[in-house]
Amino acid sequence: MAAAAALWISGHLAEKIRAHGAETYPHECCGALLGRDSSVVLESDRGKGAVTPVREILQLFPLVNRRDDSPRNRFSMTAEDVGAAEKAAGEQGLEVVGWYHSHPDHPARPSEYDRDHAWPWYSYIIVSVQNGAPQDMTSWRLTDDRGEFSAEGIEIRHRAAV
Amino acid sequence: MTVKVMIPSPLRPYAGKRDSAEFSARTVGEALGHLTTEFAELRKHLFTEEGKLRSFVNVYVNDEDIRYLAKENTPTKDGDTISIIPSIAGGCIQRRRLELWQGWDKVREESPIANLSSESNQNLKE
Repeated sequence: MAAAAALWISGHLAEKIRAHGAETYPHECCGALLGRDSSVVLESDRGKGAVTPVREILQLFPLVNRRDDSPRNRFSMTAEDVGAAEKAAGEQGLEVVGWYHSHPDHPARPSEYDRDHAWPWYSYIIVSVQNGAPQDMTSWRLTDDRGEFSAEGIEIRHRAAV
Repeated sequence: MTVKVMIPSPLRPYAGKRDSAEFSARTVGEALGHLTTEFAELRKHLFTEEGKLRSFVNVYVNDEDIRYLAKENTPTKDGDTISIIPSIAGGCIQRRRLELWQGWDKVREESPIANLSSESNQNLKE
């Protein structure tokens, strides 16, 4: 599998994901990542003709965790939620390129349960919230064979497009 | 009867980058069967190894959820559109392990020697 593209997100949006995790603690928060896949010429590659694939997150679409039976360690968003996120993205010429959720009092690593309920291509951002305070934030993509998640580097960029 | 199957963005890489495909099918199951025969790599993202639709995969015929119709036996007619929309779900850890871990924290707090076991505690968390 080709190396995953880097995920670019502004500091402002990254902070909003953390804040959402803190707000819903000790329950899991969740929402959609709106953005697009593009190719850019990095500053370091200028004049060399090399382009780098990146996935830019340009907006968030916070959603309500529908799991009221076990919201501390589970989240779900219905097909209607997904449809609403896709509509919001489409209206702005963007796509739903992934999802975020929090892991209250657990590391920012995907679980088996996450893997069973994922599709490839989407970016899955996880923020760990320990005792109500947001900590590590990671992003993952499911491999083509559904065997595992591979880590995707998050780069904080104030302006995503170069 | 020709039906159109809309292919969601995450699955397009497994369907020749197409956003839809048309098949002749009498039921939703038949249409999905044709889809996953033509694009075999799609199959595992829609169906379990036992051949059941994955629990988070929702299928609609013209905006009607097939769970409330006849599921995969839902009949289709000419010009129908079939959409595949995921529910997004996940969570931090299996419930049983969560209980085990929380129990361990309590043991640590109460035991004077438990701090020596921080490495084991870390393993449990993972």
